[in-house]
Formats: sequence, C-alpha cells, structure tokens
Amino acid sequence: MTTTIAAKTAKPKRREKPLIPKTRSGTYWPYLIPGLAAVLVIIVVPLVWNIYLTFTSYRGIKPPEWIGLANWEKLFADETFWQSFGNSVAMIGAMVVVPTILGLVLAALLFDLIGKKFGGKLASFLRATYYLPQILPSVIAAIVIGWILRPQNGALNTILETIGLGQLQHNWLGSPDTALPSLMLVLVWVQVGYPVVIFMAALQRVDPELYEAAELDGASWFQRFKAITAGMIRPEIFVVILTCTIAALKVFGPVYALTGGGPGTETIVPAYYAYSQFFQAQQVGYGATIATALTVVIALFSVIFIIVQSRLERREEGR
Amino acid sequence: MSAATAQTPVPPRTPARSKPPARKSRKKRRPVDWVILGVAALIGLFIAFPLILIVINSFKSPQDYATGGPLSLPNEFYTDGLTAFWERVNFPEKVWNSIFISGTVAVLGVLLSMLNAFALGIGRIKGRMWIVVLILLANMLPQEVLLYPLYFMFRSVGLYDNQWAVIVIFTVIQSAFGTYLLATLYSTFPKELLEAAAIDGASRWRTLWRVVYPVSRPTLAVLLIFFFIWTWNEFLIPLTFLVSNATQTVPVAITVLQGDRLMDVTTTSASALLGLIPTLIFFLIFQRTLTRGITAGAVK
Repeated sequence: MTTTIAAKTAKPKRREKPLIPKTRSGTYWPYLIPGLAAVLVIIVVPLVWNIYLTFTSYRGIKPPEWIGLANWEKLFADETFWQSFGNSVAMIGAMVVVPTILGLVLAALLFDLIGKKFGGKLASFLRATYYLPQILPSVIAAIVIGWILRPQNGALNTILETIGLGQLQHNWLGSPDTALPSLMLVLVWVQVGYPVVIFMAALQRVDPELYEAAELDGASWFQRFKAITAGMIRPEIFVVILTCTIAALKVFGPVYALTGGGPGTETIVPAYYAYSQFFQAQQVGYGATIATALTVVIALFSVIFIIVQSRLERREEGR
Repeated sequence: MSAATAQTPVPPRTPARSKPPARKSRKKRRPVDWVILGVAALIGLFIAFPLILIVINSFKSPQDYATGGPLSLPNEFYTDGLTAFWERVNFPEKVWNSIFISGTVAVLGVLLSMLNAFALGIGRIKGRMWIVVLILLANMLPQEVLLYPLYFMFRSVGLYDNQWAVIVIFTVIQSAFGTYLLATLYSTFPKELLEAAAIDGASRWRTLWRVVYPVSRPTLAVLLIFFFIWTWNEFLIPLTFLVSNATQTVPVAITVLQGDRLMDVTTTSASALLGLIPTLIFFLIFQRTLTRGITAGAVK
C-alpha cells in the first residue's frame, strides 16, 4: 500500500480543486476533524508520552522521575534486548523470506498449471486451504500448534512413539534447541497463505498471451516463472515483503501463547520484552524505551525500503 | 521439473481469445502435471492437518486419547471436554463480547474512514499526503508504544476494563487503513456524478450520503468485514485492557486459560476448537469477499 504513496510523492500535483464543482478544498475540513482529533488523542499523544517515559524511571505508582538517557544506555548494553532483535531476524525468516518464496512458487503453480489444467475451482479450493491459518487469531493458531507440540502427551510425540521413533520425542517448545525453530514453524504455517492469495490475484493482471508467446518460443516453465511471473507481479512482491516484515517485527501473540519468550529468554522478541517490562517487571520507563526502539527500527526499515523500491522502479522505467 | 516441461512438444497454438474456455481447461494433462497437483494437494493437507487433528481430538475422552492416540477417530461422540470448557469460560458471553466489540468497531471505523476519505479524496485538502501518512501511523506503530499511555488515559477517565476503551482504540487503528484505501478510491471518483448532484443543488453532506456512499458500497462492505475480523483477532490491547472475565474477548479468554492444570489434553484441544469455530464460520461466509478484498488492499 505504501507504493502508491511513494508514487504520489514523486509527481506532486499542487493546487488541485475538489472534485465537487464550486467548492473550496478548505471547506472540507469539518469532515476531517473527527478523524484527526481521534488520531491525535489515541495515537499522537500516547506516542509522544511514551517517548517522554523513556527518559524516566517509572514503576507505575509514584510519578515518573526524570533520569535522562539512563534507560537508553541500559538498552544498548542489554544482552536480552539484542537477543530479542536477533530473534526478530528469525521471525523475518519465518514470516517473510520463506512465505514469500513458497508463496511465489505455489501461486504460480496454482494459477499457471493447476488452474489451467485441472480447472479454476480446484485451484481456488487449494488456495483457500493454504489461506486457512491466516484467518485464525494468531494466538489461537499458536494454541493449535502448541497442542500438537505438548511435551507430555502431545500429538507429535505420540505419533513418533507409535511409528517407532520414540527416541526423537522432545520437549519441542520447552528446550532451548528447538523452541525457536518450533515457533518459526508456527509462523510459516500461519503466514504462507497470505502471499499465495496476493500473488494469485496479481497474476490475473498478467496478459495470458504473454505466457502463450513464451511457451511458443520454447521457454520452460521455470523460465516463464522467472521472466513473467516474478517480473510482472513485482509491485505485489514489494508490498508483501514490506507488510510482512513490519508484522514480523511486531509479532507478539504467538510468542505470548506458545513460549512466553522462554525457555529463559530463548524466544524473546522486542514486543514481548516490552510487554514483560511493562506488566511483569513494572519497569514502565524501560519498557517504553524498548517499544520506542522497536518503533524506530520499523520506521527506518519502512523508509529505506520505500526509497530502495522507488529507485528500483525508476531504474526499471529508464531501461 | 523444468527440464521435463521443456522437452514436451509445444501444442499447436490457436489464438487465445477465440479458444472456448471449456477446451482450455481440458488441455492435455501430462504425468508431471499430476505430480505437481499431488504435491500441491499434499501441502494443502499438511496445512489443514493441525486443524483436522484438533477437530478429531476435541471429541475424545482423555482415556480414548491415551489408548487410541491422536490419529484415531473418536470411539464415541464425547463432548464433556467441550462443554466443560464452554461453561468454564462462559463461551456465549465471550462470543457476544467479541461480536459487540468487533461489530461496533467495524461500523464506526467504516464511518470514520468515509468521512476522512471524503475530505481527502474528494475535498482534496491541502497537504493531504502528509495527513494520510500521519493517519497511517496508527496502523504501522507497534501497539506496545501506545500501551502504557493509553492504559493510563483510560484509567483516569474510568474506562479501564471497559469495552468502550478497546472500541475507541481500534476504531482509530482500523480506520487508518480504511482512510488510506478509500481516499485513493475517492480521488478517482466519477466526476460526472458529483457534478450532477451539484447541479441538482445537493449539499455536500447530501452528496456524501446519496452519491458517494451508494457508489462505494462494495468497497465499504469489504472494509466492514475486514475491520470485524481484524478486531476479532486482536490480542495485545484486549489482553491488557479487559482484565475482568466478563469483558474478555474469545481469543483472550481462551489464551489466558492455557496451561491451567485442570485442563486435560482433550479439553485443551476443545478450547482451541472453540477458538477456531467463529473465525471458520466467518471465513466460509465471506470467503469470496475476503479474497477480493485482500487484493483491493494490496496494491492500490
């Protein structure tokens, strides 16, 4: 969605008139006032307040006490904080990299092969199946997988036992070596349907004659995939990468429901770390600092991503 | 896979447009196509498998589970686990809470988006680019950054542990996306319709409700469903704002009871099932609208 914004900034059209004739744009402000007032109260004021809290020691009872940059100094020296961002990279792998690649291949297969040779109904049905986990509340999705991975009598361990692989039984979410991979698996499962749906819709824009021409020229399926599929739906790929990365940086629910950041701090993510500082450690000032740092990272990533994207698009146009 | 595709002879080409659709779908199916279909179906099965497991095991007694394992079908139609959890969380109350919160947010959010977008897209207020960016902040920010100040604000006005606090917050957050989408849509609104209304002497308010609203109703419906489901699925803010049992939403009520020592294995499965069912129902009802809507949101 940010693509359009970037496109709009590129070619500003100033002094446009409202679409309703004989009205001045200034007179439309009353329609915007409720929305802007709400954003001010619910978003802007809390945001600024939160930034103020990062410079204070505040335990929720006595009024906040100004301590300057102490929270920020603590943050940069805090290993748990860096670990939480390290885990964010893992979340990006699970929510962006794997689903985007898988989504591209699956969307192309469904659209190009299965849709054409076995009928659109079957393709839509498979698409709906892939999309299923996406519609669940993320915590419920996490509980579903958490139930299967239960250590005592969980489905996975029981199945391993039955097929004679009992020695592979494991406390999947409770031991440090498998907790993070298990969490990542949940996120891949939840996320993969989203790119499939977006990419399949995008493929409908592509002129079928392009494919037929490529086929006629003897291009293999993979060549067509690379040149046409991945090329034509690039805007959608950008959108998926941007929105999924932001979602991966913000992930909270599955971590809360599955591991609570544990064992130890093995699966902690910034959002969960901030939450635990707010409500478990009662270190509101420090929690606010973590949350603000996360916001800065998201903002930086979005800005850099949009700049790179519009550069790439301009270069493409220049060709 | 690609090599196999390359070797097959290219079928004689007929112009794409004149080809009847029925014949197109009955193109020659090579063995490799069946393999690919098999792989795609297998992936689908793999994705649906956890949900199938939950459904099977929610209707088993713990003894049945212990003897038959997770893969067997239930011996008898056992619903004690389900009813136990149903009563424990007072499920109808939680469903009503979720419907009330999500429904109110959806309606108010669409209304607010429409007013914003009318000023931005049709009124073309100066600096609208920056206003849209400002409003989109609501959607981009991690909610943790708003959490404590909002908690403090709503507590000081006596709305802590009150569903209206959550409704107000999500109305703003959801309408950010709605404003963005509708403002883009309204900026290309058919000018003739607006001119005709102006010639008839309709006021702006009237034009909004008699011209803009009916024309954009399909998009508004998509937004309404989206806002409803998104709000239904929200977790962090309902978790922190709705602390007493009677106000909680479905996902929060189910999640906070996980790990409870009184819950045996099949009751836990049943709890997950109860969490799945409402959204599965929405999915079945709105499947078409949803997939159409996601596309509308994705690019432009």
